[in-house]
Amino acid sequence: MIEISTLTKVFGSGQEAMTALDNVSVTIAENEFFTLLGPSGCGKTTLLRMIAGFELPDTGEIRLDGQPVTHLPPHHRPINTVFQNYALFPHMNVAQNVGFGLEMLGRDRKEIDATVARTLELVRLDHLAGRRIDQLSGGQQQRVALARALAPAPKVLLLDEPLSALDFKLRKEMQSELKRLQLETGITFVFVTHDQEEALTMSDRIAVMSAGKILQIGRPMDIYDRPAARFVADFIGDINFIEGTVTDGGTVATGSGDLAVTAPLPASGTTVTLAIRPEHVMPGAEGPNSLAGTLAERVYFGSGTVLEVDLGATRISCRTGDAPFAEGAPLSVTLPPERLQVLQD
Amino acid sequence: MADRITDTRTTRQPASDALAGARAARDSAAKRTRVFLLAPAILTIGIVGLMPLSIALVYSFLEPGTYGGVTWAFSTDAYVQFLFDRDIFDDSLTFSTSYLSIFWRSAFLAIITTIGALLIGFPTAYFIATKPPAQRNLWLFLVTLPFWTNLLIRTYAMLLIIRDEGFINITLQMIGLTSGPIEMLYTDGAVFLGLIYSFLPFMVLPLYASLEKLDFRLVEAAHDLYAGRVQVLRRVILPMARPGMIAGCILVFIPCLGAYITPELLGGGKKLMIGNMIALQFGGSRNWPFGSAAALILMAMVLIVLLIVNRSRADAEVSHG
Repeated sequence: MIEISTLTKVFGSGQEAMTALDNVSVTIAENEFFTLLGPSGCGKTTLLRMIAGFELPDTGEIRLDGQPVTHLPPHHRPINTVFQNYALFPHMNVAQNVGFGLEMLGRDRKEIDATVARTLELVRLDHLAGRRIDQLSGGQQQRVALARALAPAPKVLLLDEPLSALDFKLRKEMQSELKRLQLETGITFVFVTHDQEEALTMSDRIAVMSAGKILQIGRPMDIYDRPAARFVADFIGDINFIEGTVTDGGTVATGSGDLAVTAPLPASGTTVTLAIRPEHVMPGAEGPNSLAGTLAERVYFGSGTVLEVDLGATRISCRTGDAPFAEGAPLSVTLPPERLQVLQD
Repeated sequence: MADRITDTRTTRQPASDALAGARAARDSAAKRTRVFLLAPAILTIGIVGLMPLSIALVYSFLEPGTYGGVTWAFSTDAYVQFLFDRDIFDDSLTFSTSYLSIFWRSAFLAIITTIGALLIGFPTAYFIATKPPAQRNLWLFLVTLPFWTNLLIRTYAMLLIIRDEGFINITLQMIGLTSGPIEMLYTDGAVFLGLIYSFLPFMVLPLYASLEKLDFRLVEAAHDLYAGRVQVLRRVILPMARPGMIAGCILVFIPCLGAYITPELLGGGKKLMIGNMIALQFGGSRNWPFGSAAALILMAMVLIVLLIVNRSRADAEVSHG
């Protein structure tokens, strides 16, 4: 539905040139909840602004339903945006804000009023239609911004870190609210965030970006379980990295011992990084891929405990339920071969 | 030593009385301090604001002296003269619009100038407000630069540009576009031009102040919601710039209404404006009471305009709420 091919954008020139987007290609499907995830400055907002039409690419093309829209101004694209700071019109009330897009499209008053009422009901703000914007709480303003962008029934809804200004509880609430709205309206959502948890819980697919490039596109599970690059693994969730070299015997030699791996390995002698999530490391168990160490630190966090195990050459963290281990006591950990990811840099 | 200590104790015996006395003393001291601190403000307002007005008000109800000044006799002639002609022979009054037409002409010119200044000033202020912050001060400096020179000098400079042998006419004739000079000086157009030139900064500065505060993300949001350039201007930028527009219009309209130098120099004094008419009463006509009355009537007109503006602003706020 949205086909983005080889987009490149450089801001500034000469010494100060900054590549915001570096040859980015991605296709977003209809009715998809698609998330652009990355640290600030990775180019995700630039890409979003390009889809909206606020930014022109240096090279590359954007197609919407097969039609090229790269050079179409924002007010000619059937795409609406929920801005990070909401950008609500302070001189209009809630209903006027929500009806603005429809009014600009030249719909008649009756239709506008009906759609505004329906949309406000959708975001559960129908009781506040006559309020001024400065009389609303942050969460309510967020819903107005959402309603304003949804009211003209766009083909694509762009959301630029819309939840970052909300407190934790409200954010959780809005996450499920957004998901519900996306399912109810059937509109394609393109969501920008730097919060990996937000991305994992809401998205159909995620594109992880860094330094203007897309490093990996995939379902949340794929991104979490099979990260394609060290950056992706590190950015999403907690993870342990173990440096090693591939041996002739098909194992990886690390400073703490040889490890067997089920994933395919490159040629022997290659330097690789093994990655494993803390919750996949098993404490105490003996067996293949078991490494001896000492328990350096125990951190209790309510629903579990994190054990920091010193393996001599490296330190590994292991997440477990109950932990009857004493700090400073010897403790072995087992790294299941099927859980070890092989990353090449 | 011991004696003195007991002594102080005995004087402090009636503690509550002493305390109340001290408090009263402190209160009256505070009152004196307050009056003392307010004095400069009260004096300034009294001397530069209320006193001249009171003098004008008193003079407007007196009779003119033969060689200027006033004679101390109560009379409403000054106000009667404004609306009526008194017959020299039988003292009968006939309604006359000669002074009203001067007022009307001045008000019309002030309105036209205000509209002109708004039309030129808005794009200028918008241009400055959309520049990077570092450049804005330079542009603002350029806008205020003419203020560094006396208004009289600037008006003379304008005169040199538009007179028959002036810069514009010479240039036009040199490149052969016109054969003779175009008459520009001593016309209403020249006064209009001079007034716009003099008062444009008063329009640009308040407009800039409100446009600079405009959140341009709102412009983006409006574009995103299918508004074209004209609609963004009409529905987002103009409503947000409204306070600056009102302030700018008031700041241009009021001094234009009473302008004296510009109509005198560029209009050649051919057509009387209020400012010139009032000045004339204190000079050649030697009719101070009438001059005072005209000045007060002018002030009343300005007040009425301001009240109307205020009312419409309040209405606008209510309808937005």
